[in-house]
Amino acid sequence: MQSVGSNGEGTARAANSGPFPVLSATGVSRRFGGNRAVDGMSLDLHAGEIVGLIGPNGAGKTTFFSLIAGSLKPDAGEIRLKGERIERQPAARRLSMGLGRTFQIPRPFAGMSILDNVMAAAQNQTGESILRNFLQPGRVRAEERAARERAKALIDFVTLGHLVDQPARVLSGGQRKLLELARVMMAEPAVILLDEPAAGVNPALLDVIIDRIVEINRMGVSILLIEHNMDMIARLCGRIVVMASGRELAAGTPAQIMANREVTEAYLGEVLPEGST
Amino acid sequence: MSLELLAYCAFFLTVALTYAVIVLGLNVQWGQTGLFNVGVAGFVAVGAYASALLTSPPVEGRLGGFELPIVIGWLGAFVASGVLSALIGWMTIRLRADYLAISTFGIAVTIQLAVLNLEGVTGGPFGISLIPRPFGELAGQSLAFSLANLALLVAVVFGLYLMLQHLARSPWGRVLRAIREDEVAAEALGKSPRRFRIEAFALGGAIMGLGGAAQAHFIGFIAPENYLPMLTFQVWAMLIVGGSGNNRGAILGALLVWALWAASSAVVEALAPAGEQARAASLQTVIIGVALCAILLFRPQGLLPEPGSARRRLPFLHRWRGTPAATTGSERT
Repeated sequence: MQSVGSNGEGTARAANSGPFPVLSATGVSRRFGGNRAVDGMSLDLHAGEIVGLIGPNGAGKTTFFSLIAGSLKPDAGEIRLKGERIERQPAARRLSMGLGRTFQIPRPFAGMSILDNVMAAAQNQTGESILRNFLQPGRVRAEERAARERAKALIDFVTLGHLVDQPARVLSGGQRKLLELARVMMAEPAVILLDEPAAGVNPALLDVIIDRIVEINRMGVSILLIEHNMDMIARLCGRIVVMASGRELAAGTPAQIMANREVTEAYLGEVLPEGST
Repeated sequence: MSLELLAYCAFFLTVALTYAVIVLGLNVQWGQTGLFNVGVAGFVAVGAYASALLTSPPVEGRLGGFELPIVIGWLGAFVASGVLSALIGWMTIRLRADYLAISTFGIAVTIQLAVLNLEGVTGGPFGISLIPRPFGELAGQSLAFSLANLALLVAVVFGLYLMLQHLARSPWGRVLRAIREDEVAAEALGKSPRRFRIEAFALGGAIMGLGGAAQAHFIGFIAPENYLPMLTFQVWAMLIVGGSGNNRGAILGALLVWALWAASSAVVEALAPAGEQARAASLQTVIIGVALCAILLFRPQGLLPEPGSARRRLPFLHRWRGTPAATTGSERT
């Protein structure tokens, strides 16, 4: 596999997180009218961990993700990234602080090439200022060269190297998920929020996605994963947090969670004793 | 080719290139960023009046008349229109496409009414005359004057084209395209849609102001009726015909639509009876409208489409055809 950690910053970020969890949410709530979508939810993610966030439909998982990612603002609670409070930071700032996300339904820039899709995620680019494009052309060119190299390596890493100049609209659903992985990795995050990476993906591509997630984690990136595919959760996650009705219902290892009666009931309804009607 | 015809061709091209400057400004806003500005005439007017006030001779009872060099006037137009656009962008940029259109239309009408009524600043309905013309010392020699002005406008348009091409290929241009494609995804990648959209709106507005100044100095006189919504319509027609998102398309559209406009004027003059000339002039608008409809129906991406991008249509066409908009994102009302 090609090296995609250009400066190992992701690893360094994770290793430097010290005694704090790299990501920590405490008492986070969000209400929509009379509905408490997230109700005092807390969760810690430690450096190098992959934590699975599961729960039945409507449990508030994606809302909780959106609160952490910044596309929604919490009504209450605090969210810390590497010890720093971020719940009032705009969504656009959180990636440069080290927090990336992917979407349940992938959102590629369909009319742009796959290379441009990934390069668009490069952070702190001098060439994103109108004036500096003309005042510091040499620096802009050098950064662009470096970004292009890194983007190409990431595109190879997610096995889309043969499509690098194609517009993203030609990609299948699973390939779009891979593109999102490459795009978020371009920003060298310390934490990635993955929203249902297996949804709608054919089984052959699913193995590639799982393999890439494992590799990304080995680079030192901590991952919080929403997923309904329990096989994938069991293969990837050392710890699982179960949400129901906007709150934490249970937490533990995959084996503990699968044996938990409350969790089964949350998914399937109350389990009646044998022989009852 | 007779000298008169050559002079007319140079004159025609110069006027068309002043429009090309304005269309390039609109291309930054709509073509690259998806900002539906229907108040083009207002930003052109601000540039024209700013330059005229800075460069024209003093007139008793009217502000301005600083007799500064033309280049200072053009820079002033660029800055004045850019600052106003940034301010308007800051206030309106969060609006959804159709609401942004309504707001910018209202702003353009407000600007036009302001220049009509602020007689102590703009000359009111009488406008501003004696605006210095580039190469004015050649005014007696029609061909030399026209060719010199044409050369100047070619240089301005070429310079702008190079600058905008450079920006379109830069990380700044890439972020604009990303925001135009999917604002939510761009924000998740750490790009502030608000910041980039305001910058694009301000840059586009500044270029429109520069176009307004170039027109004012080439003609030597401006008045409020030069900046009616018809100007916005012409500029939009030019961009759509040429191909939005493509700077070469913007320039080609300006040349073609202005040629159609000039040719239709000649045809109307030749065919309409003397007493009906004024009424028959409205046919020009009809001809441009028909050309616009034909392009929208048969080649909606324009004659020179944006390279490698999906087709985009104007917001009203999405509803009419029942197709999803290519400009997506969480725009708010």
